[in-house]
Amino acid sequence: MSGRTLYDKLWQNHVIRDYGDGAALLYVDRHLLQETSTHQSFVSLRESGRSARRPEAHLAVPDHAVPTDSRGGEIADPMAAAQITALQKNAADFGLAYIDLEDQRQGIVHVIGPEQGFTLPGITLACGDSHTSTHGAFGALAFGIGATDCATVIAAQCLVQQKSKNLEVRLDGTPQKWVGAKDYALALIGQNGVGFATGHAIEYRGPAVEQMSMAARMTLCNMSIEGGARVGMIAPDDVTYAYLEGRPYAPQGELFDQAVTYWRTLASDADAAFDKSIGLDVGTLAPHVTWGTSPQDALPVLGRVPDPKDAPNEGEARRWARALDYMGLAAGEALHDIGVDKVFIGSCTNGRIEDLRIAAEVARGRRIADNTQAIVVPGSTAVKRQAEDEGLDRIFLEAGFEWRHSGCSMCVAMNNDRLAPGERCASTSNRNFEGRQGRNGRTHLMSPAMAAAAAVTGHIVDVREVMA
Amino acid sequence: MTPFTSITSKILPVLEDRIDTDVIFPARFLLLMQRGEMGRYFFADQRVAADGSELPHPANDPQYKGAQILLAGADFGCGSSREQAVWSLTGFGIRCVIAKSLGEIFAANCLRNGVLAITPPRIIINELAAIESPITVDLEAQEIRAGDKIFPFAIPPAHRERLLNGWDDIDLILANEEDRLAAFENAQRLVQPWLYGASDVR
Ligand code: SF4
Repeated sequence: MSGRTLYDKLWQNHVIRDYGDGAALLYVDRHLLQETSTHQSFVSLRESGRSARRPEAHLAVPDHAVPTDSRGGEIADPMAAAQITALQKNAADFGLAYIDLEDQRQGIVHVIGPEQGFTLPGITLACGDSHTSTHGAFGALAFGIGATDCATVIAAQCLVQQKSKNLEVRLDGTPQKWVGAKDYALALIGQNGVGFATGHAIEYRGPAVEQMSMAARMTLCNMSIEGGARVGMIAPDDVTYAYLEGRPYAPQGELFDQAVTYWRTLASDADAAFDKSIGLDVGTLAPHVTWGTSPQDALPVLGRVPDPKDAPNEGEARRWARALDYMGLAAGEALHDIGVDKVFIGSCTNGRIEDLRIAAEVARGRRIADNTQAIVVPGSTAVKRQAEDEGLDRIFLEAGFEWRHSGCSMCVAMNNDRLAPGERCASTSNRNFEGRQGRNGRTHLMSPAMAAAAAVTGHIVDVREVMA
Repeated sequence: MTPFTSITSKILPVLEDRIDTDVIFPARFLLLMQRGEMGRYFFADQRVAADGSELPHPANDPQYKGAQILLAGADFGCGSSREQAVWSLTGFGIRCVIAKSLGEIFAANCLRNGVLAITPPRIIINELAAIESPITVDLEAQEIRAGDKIFPFAIPPAHRERLLNGWDDIDLILANEEDRLAAFENAQRLVQPWLYGASDVR
């Protein structure tokens, strides 16, 4: 028998009942909740008179609809206020832990889960949010679910799931300065298409992965969903354990050592077989940006907007043409000349302290371009405080950036942080879909370093050139 | 949940590839909390212009009015996990999605809402796209009937059973799996004690 992958092990360790054909009832160890995806879950739980099976396995926090321009006092938007109040009440009624908007631990679910040590290796973790794949960076089997499944997890602590195939994504090489996890993710999707991982659980492996910080690993796993995979994982190692030790919900003392011993058994066996394998040499990679309305429309920054005539098939040609029209771009335009109106640095992809440090390094001693608005939205309140302790807020403010409170903000544009029609944004978020950052807004995805460089020049630019 | 056995209806074609859930149900409407309101916002930004005027879109086209079957291209429903996308689809009247491929979470959400999702090869999608009269999707027989043509389709047996009976997972699990659940928790507590008590969330 050949060995098992990390994913196989985590899957098998959580099967309550095997239905055959790859379907199983899977135990869910941990559940994160946010205000926008769970209200209907509680409506149905109340209707059927159900309660939480294991209240201590859940953690709720508002992030999607929260304002980022001020904190404390009334929330101006009555609909956002109602969602947040409802989450608070739902959590209280069902006995689930709730982190208040004013709490120092508040932030985007995918940032605070790891920060609080709620996310651990070896667990299954679900959340009503597709970027739950982020937590796979810890060697957790973490996946996004809809509201009905959130209700099932609350009432029964398990879900019927279909097992995915195993996809190895192997990263080799040592990246150039200013090239990082966001560029890896964009290059992988750009080269292999948004469907490359559909039906598969990704395991990112190889020397380049071992060299990555936890923040970088989270960025990479975060965007697995943009490649079509619900799950993106990295085997836990000493970097993981060092990150987790001492975090509030992580096991403490002897129990931590015992956990590490267990976690060390989770890595894929040497003879484990993957259904599919793709590779990327990060050593030759340039910073990447997107030009269109799908994450796969990603190219090296020195590239040009492609011509629909060169599309691989008729369907893609139509989609490209439509994307160019939507984006207000012409085929053949140099990506690095495209002017931007707004810059957004934040989100669960790139809103961690490491991301802000890199952006601040670019912003330091520079000024954002005229007619450009740039906002920095820390991924959590803890990230915000840490950044302020390090003086990053002052660097940003002196450069003309706005320094905000944490939340999803312009990644999903449910509050006032949004693009006006036709506005163009350099964004560190994960989706450039039509209307994602506001109706008829135009999104170019890139890394925090690239976004900061766009802010200080007023156009898409190679950060290596700015920092040369 | 309403059982799904067989429906006969016109087809609503939205054949572009990679229609994501932000397009099906734009994010700003996620602030709505009442499920019953969501059908109005199905493809909202492609159907209604910023000034309130109607845009040309199959969902606005009178010839497809009343369609219960949606026909789509590759990766329909990719992107965000928002179940609101499926609620807007059912609110609009759709009971069955036939697509080249589907976003995985979207497909799961369809199943949870009694929407039959089938993913035949592109060649069948193209054939169906050319058909203007109503077609029948028969889950019991696992076939699509269009005029004198019959296209068989496959879905996992467990999914078929759930849809045919209108079962909710939560009911099934709570009715049948309590012993297994408790046994699992007792066994896991021994292997990973830190998941119980010590690092419980309080
Ligand atoms: S930051 Fe964006 S992608 Fe991440 S959880 Fe929030 S809305 Fe979703």
